[in-house]
Order: sequence, then structure tokens, then C-alpha cells
Amino acid sequence: MAVSSEELGNTGTLKYPSRIRLPYTWHAGKAGSRFYQEIKDHCKIWGTKCPRCGWVYVPPRETCPRCFLDIDEWVEVGDAGTLLTYTITRYSVPGIQPHEPPYALGIIKLDGAGSGLVHLLGEIEPEDIRVGMRVQAVFREVREGNYLDIKYFKPLRS
Amino acid sequence: MKNRVGIVGVGQTHHKSKNTDCKGQELISIAVKRALESADLTMADIDAIVIGNMDHFESINYVDMWSVDGSGGYMKPIMKVTTGGTTGSAVGHAGFYHVASGLFDTVLAIGWEQNSESDTTAAISTCFDPITEREFCGGAIGPLAAQYTAYMSKYGATEEDAALVSVRDHNNAALYNPYAHLRQTITVEEVMKSPYISYPMKFLDICPRSDGACAVIFAGEDKAKKTVERPAWILGVGDCHILVHLADGIGLANLPSLERAAREAYEMAGITDPFRQFDVAELYVPASTAGVTWMEALGLCEEGGGPRLIRSGVTNMVGELPINPSGGVLATNPIGATGLLRIGEAALQVMGKAEEKQVEGARVAVATGFGGCFWSDVTVLSSSTQLD
Amino acid sequence: MDEVAIIGVAQTRYQRDNPASHAEMAYEVTRKALEDAGLTIDDIDNTVTVCNDFWDGRTISCMTITEATGSHKVPTTNVEGDGTYGALMGAMRLLSGLHEVTLVVAQSKVSEGIPAVITNAMFDPVYERSLGLDAINSSALQMRRYMSKYGITEEQCAKVSVKNHKNAKSNPYAHMPLDITVDDVLKSRVLADPIKLLDTSPVSDGACAIIMAVDEVAKKRYSKPVWIRGIGHCADAYHLGDRDLAEVDALVSAARRAYSMAGIQDPVREIDVAEVYDAFSYMELMWMEGLGFCGRGEGGAMIDSGMTGMNGALPVNPSGGVLSAHPVQAAGLARIAEAVLQLRGKADARQVEGATVALAHGIEGACGQGHCVFVLGR
Ligand SMILES: [Zn+2]
Repeated sequence: MAVSSEELGNTGTLKYPSRIRLPYTWHAGKAGSRFYQEIKDHCKIWGTKCPRCGWVYVPPRETCPRCFLDIDEWVEVGDAGTLLTYTITRYSVPGIQPHEPPYALGIIKLDGAGSGLVHLLGEIEPEDIRVGMRVQAVFREVREGNYLDIKYFKPLRS
Repeated sequence: MKNRVGIVGVGQTHHKSKNTDCKGQELISIAVKRALESADLTMADIDAIVIGNMDHFESINYVDMWSVDGSGGYMKPIMKVTTGGTTGSAVGHAGFYHVASGLFDTVLAIGWEQNSESDTTAAISTCFDPITEREFCGGAIGPLAAQYTAYMSKYGATEEDAALVSVRDHNNAALYNPYAHLRQTITVEEVMKSPYISYPMKFLDICPRSDGACAVIFAGEDKAKKTVERPAWILGVGDCHILVHLADGIGLANLPSLERAAREAYEMAGITDPFRQFDVAELYVPASTAGVTWMEALGLCEEGGGPRLIRSGVTNMVGELPINPSGGVLATNPIGATGLLRIGEAALQVMGKAEEKQVEGARVAVATGFGGCFWSDVTVLSSSTQLD
Repeated sequence: MDEVAIIGVAQTRYQRDNPASHAEMAYEVTRKALEDAGLTIDDIDNTVTVCNDFWDGRTISCMTITEATGSHKVPTTNVEGDGTYGALMGAMRLLSGLHEVTLVVAQSKVSEGIPAVITNAMFDPVYERSLGLDAINSSALQMRRYMSKYGITEEQCAKVSVKNHKNAKSNPYAHMPLDITVDDVLKSRVLADPIKLLDTSPVSDGACAIIMAVDEVAKKRYSKPVWIRGIGHCADAYHLGDRDLAEVDALVSAARRAYSMAGIQDPVREIDVAEVYDAFSYMELMWMEGLGFCGRGEGGAMIDSGMTGMNGALPVNPSGGVLSAHPVQAAGLARIAEAVLQLRGKADARQVEGATVALAHGIEGACGQGHCVFVLGR
């Protein structure tokens, strides 16, 4: 059967649809495993602290990227922190998004942490979100040892 | 060459089929720390970094950026080079060019792969042209098998010849290389009895897939001399990507890309009689059959002379030209690191730091990379800045 | 340093759904760059391709354009990153003294894949990837942080978009020449607050090639070659939370390196024109700060002053920039090609009069984690 003019489109050339779909299993490593274990079993957020620069990494690292030194000191950081920035994702990308849009994302500097944690924001209307506001982690009831065991961060009312 | 370049440090992980205790960046950092330690340097000495792997084995885009936690690239110049199976050797050559250009004095080259995170053959098959080839090809074994079938009928090589290569490399890994992935001694009989994967290739003729990382430090002449007593000087490099359709590889009696890359590297280094001038070779032999056939592309023997060389034992550890003292790719294959491991192992030999796998008095070495679409890279290294 | 010259440049017209294949686009720019340099493929003694397996949807993606670029005939390598990094690799191969003429080719068919899925793969699979982060919403986090730290406004960001789309009207290669107002930008559909549709760059297909040569070759064949005066590149921390996203430390470091190599002390006075990687409107303002064209937090005031407009003291993105054509891997190389045209005085309607020193810039990773800066001069 001949190639139809519809298939050729207005460019006169064919498009050849395909997809790459491969299974992956990533290793979380020692630090990542402990991070998720603490969240899953105790609803606690832990980081690692560099012995030289004192930076507290959340998620935890085994090597300080700044000093390139091994880190073995673990510190618990707060489950509350300050919102450094945020956005509301309003477009849909099937397959990669944790929720139907719109959904809010922010970077939260947890109390006692050096790094900010990128995560979801919840229990708040988009127009009420402010940079600098205090937020607190809400953990899932059923936790599986992954990033979304923290359901989201909600506003912390003083 | 504007600036002479020497290798001053080499580090690698203990390669395994599944490195479950490490996140990718941590695996990288182990190799980097060992390389720095071997040269008695710190990250502060590193002026730039080049890294490589194959994207779809871990599904991480922009690995140069992602790796920063483990590569030491925070607030440093870093870039990524990737060319398929030749990635490791291409990364090594990129490290060399960083220094040879005069733009950087001390450069860290890193190759790594966590193959256990994906289905390697499925990921490799996405390299075929999506429109004409992808749907009926699978992995790199078929073309290599077809090549050896043709070689056997033309030159009288046998399946046992290939088995000898497999035994040599597996046993070198088992006896001499604590970092190797497969460390079991095997016999020709065991190779011959292992199941066919794709005639004439049997299970013990082909390389494994491994998790692992390798880091090599390149330095300019002055820095190299100050850093170690005996750097491994890079005398020649060649890189050649000759074909683009894997099906074209089926008709190849040998490996023209290796021949051309060797010609480039030899000319730069002044190698005129490779068999006599090289003391040791670390060759990217993805299947034992290639260990028989490709030596002629490197000028190590006459056309069809591979079986003679293998049968005579000259490429064994006690022979005149030991090949793959480390056990090579048949024993260890963290793909993005594999080619860089050849350069690193060859460097350790001419630096006199190869420990149990040291070839006595090795001064001049050759390393090769293989991959892509029957592509090759060749590196010539020496303990002297010039050949005698 | 005047050791490596750029002697040929070529670009495709950037468009969505370019019917040409990857190889056909690469062949088009290879052929045109050779023509531009007055060379044949036999004069090329090594090549660097710039291909990315994710954007190209294929493992060992450099295979796709090996033959189209003549890379099967000469020593070659493939850089996976922005095109500026490919140019840097090409320059290093020449500076080594081992090669004389390098062809660098970058191409991208962004319209073939799903950019959000491809850029989602930049984020760590064990951590942030599950949040659905991609180039747009991660940049939104950066834009918000930049605005709140330095009091930059959405209007100021919108002005970049207005300026660059207008400039694109003078660039025959541009994908999105547009006559728009600040109001149009502000009222365009919100994608991820504060990023709106007209703050973003388009989905473009296209290719770019440059040919570089060592000084002996360049001086012999060309009366006034464009020289590479300085190059610098640098990467910041990986996790978004490890960085202050309002800061541009890696760019400062990359620029410092390029400037010191080029002997530039006062960039805003010494550089006549800049082509920077404005994947989003706000980025151009931040990059001005990182490049030392203004102080930290002064990017907004700089666009307000009109200084970066076509008639300003330092026109930025006369081509329309990345906002007007975003063929991902080729976009930074296109900045270099455009800078070369400016220095040759051959930029036609988008020419900055009397330009003798130009800057070209590329980025790598999320939110400008990595930067590569070229200073070119005549
Ligand atoms: Zn530290």
C-alpha cells in the first residue's frame, strides 16, 4: 500500500514513532539507605555533617562535595524549616509527575541543615505561599522507604 | 606535542557484578580517592575533570553535573565525553588533550558504570538506528561471532584458540588482579564446554558486565616529574570511528579502525616494530575471539598470525609480550570505565606499580579501546619521554 | 592568546519539526561551514561531535552523525554537553599541536522527544526525580529565588523576552521572531509560577558547525581571522538545595578564567557584544551578573537601562538568543557562531557596529549548574 499524503504531512517526510522504555533499579548507597530508613521507621530526617566545613547535607552525602572529605558524622535535623523558594507546576507531563497539576514545589531549609531540601508543598492555597514562611514535614501513613514518604511540607502556624 | 603529558595516578574500585553498597557518585569517589592517594595529591591539585559513561545504563542525563558530589567537580571545570564502548579510552584521551593543550596542568579523568542498574543488552540495542536496525538487532555479540566464523575458515583458527585467550585473561585476573570482577581460574576444556551464546562464541568467551569506576590523573611535564618518580608518559594517541551501521561489521575480517588508530598513535610515538617495542599490552578484548584476531590490526603479527601467537604462549605473563596482565575486559567490564582501565593498567605497568600483575622491566606499553560501531582508540605509553 | 582561530561557521534555520534527519541537519551545516571557510572535507584533520543520548533518543548517539560530519575519516571524539563544551574540546585538540583544523558539529531535534521527561532525568533518581522536576519548574524555583533575594521583578525578566524576540526579527536563522510587549509576556499562560510561556525558549530543531584552525593555517588563508582569546568553564554543586540558586558562582569562576586568558580587566567596557544562553528570560539577567557586566542583583537595573539593547553600550543576544531558538545541544555553539559573524562584520541586520571583542556563553545541567565562556576577538 502506498504511503498516504496524510502520513507524509506537510513536510513530505515520514515520522517514525518509537519509545525507549528500560527498567532501572538504582542503588541508594549507605547514606541514602539510612536516610530513608530513618524516615520510614521513625519519621525523622537525618543528614551528614562535614568534619571540616561543618555543612550539614540533606539528603546525606558520604563525601563532602566542597571539601572532598569522607563524612561519617550523622545529625538529626528538624522536620520544620524555612521556605527558600517555590513554584506551582501547572502543566501536565504524564509519567513523571507525582500529582496531577497544579502542584506546589519548594526548597526548604530544614532547621539545622546546610542544604535545602526540594519537596512538595501541601495544605496551602498557591496564592498563600510566601518565601520565608515556616513549613513542616507531613509524613505518609504508609511509608515505603522513598522520597515521597514525606507527603509534603505544610505551613507551620506559630 | 606542545606539552608533554604523563600519568601520575591511577585508582579503581573493586569491580563486581552488583555494587549494591554504593550510590553512583560514591562509587566514583572511591576510584577518585584512590587515584589521588596513589599520586599523593589532593583534590586541590586537580585543575579540571573529564568524566564519561553510557547514559542509558543508569538513565542519568548530564552525568558531568550529577557526578560533582563524587568526582570532586564542585567549583571546578568539568566536562563529559561519551562514545559508547570506547568511552573510557576517549575520556583518557580527553584528559590527555586537556593537559597537552596547555590549558590545564593536572587533570582527572573518570570512567564509571553501574551496569547492574539497568538491562545492559536492552540498553545497548537502543544504539541501532531506530528506523532501520533497532527492531532486529540485539547487543554486540552477533557481529563479533560472525567475524570469527569467517576468520576461522580463512586462516584455520579454531575455537580452542579463542579459548586460550579466555583462559589467559581469566587466569591473569584470578592470580594477579585483586580489583578484577571475575577471579576464577578456568581451563580450555571448561571454555569449550560452556554453552554457546552465538556460534562460535560460548559463555566463557564473552565479557561480563560489571559495576565499577576508574580514575586516572594526567599532568604536564613539570608537575608530573614533581609528583612521581616515574610517570607514564603518553607518547601517542589515535581515535577512529569508522563505521556507523553495525551490520557493516559482520563483513569485517578484522578491525580497520584499530589498524588506523594504531597507525596514528604509532606515528606520533615513533613505534615502528610494535611486537618488539612493546613490553606489555592492555587490549580491549570484548570477546576471546577478538583476542585472536585483532593482534594483527595492531601490527603485532602478520595477517592470519593470531592463532600462531596465541598457541605459542608469548602473550602469557611469562611470554615475550604479555597481554592483559590485569585480566582485561573478559574479567572486568564496567563499560564507561573499561577503556580507561586499559590506559590505567598500562600506565601502572610502565610506572612499575602494577604489583602482582607487574611485567618485569616493562618500559613501553600499548592500551586499546573498542566500542561504538567497531570503533577503536589506541594509546602508547612509556616510562621515558621518548623511545630509544 | 591568538593561537586558535574560528574560520568557518554555519547554522541551519531553527524550526520546530524540521523534516531533515539528525544526519541531514549535521551534513547541511558541515557542508556550509566548509564553504564558509573555503575548505573541503579533506582539509579537516579531526572532528568533535556534540551528541546526547537522551535528547537524541539513542545510545551512542554520536553514531548518528559520524558520516555526515566526515568523522569516519579522521580522528574524532564526542562531547556530551552544551555545544560550547564541544568547541572547547576542539580548541584543546588544536592547542596540543597534534592537529591543525577541527570541525565541531552540534545538532538537536528537540521536537522528537518530550523535553520534560528528558530534563527530568537530570535529577537524582534516588532523590528529587520523583518530584516531577524538569527544566521548567526547576528554573521557576531559581527565578523565584533570584527575584526574592534581589528584588528583581517579573516585568524586568519580561523585558529580556521582548528584546530578544525583537532582535530575532533580524536573524534569518531564528525560530521565534516576535513583536511582543512586556504585557504580552506577563499575560501569557503561567507554566510554573513565576515562569510564563513567553519567559521560556521554544522547542527547536537545528544544527550548528564551526571550523577552527591553528594560527599558521589561519594566518596563511585568511586576512582577518576571528581568534579565540579566552575560554573558561566551571560547575557548581549538583543538588538544587546545595546551591543558593540566586547566585552564579560557577559563571563568575568560568568568566574569570576566560577573562584572565584574554587579558580582559573591565568586561563591560572591553566587550562589544555578548551572546548568552538565555533558556529562560530571567537567566539573561543572572548571567549579566555572573559575567561581571553588572554587580550582584543588578541584572534588573541593567535591562531597565537599555544598555543590553541593540543600541545600548553592550548589546546582548542580537541574534534573539536562546529564547528565540533553542536547539538544545547546538544552542551554545550557535552563540559562538553568532559572535563570529559579529566580529567579521557579517551579521547583517543584527550587526553591532564596530564589534571587535565578543563573548559567547553556554550552560550545562539544571539552573545553570555549569557554564562555559568564550571570549573571541579580531
Ligand atoms: Zn566540607
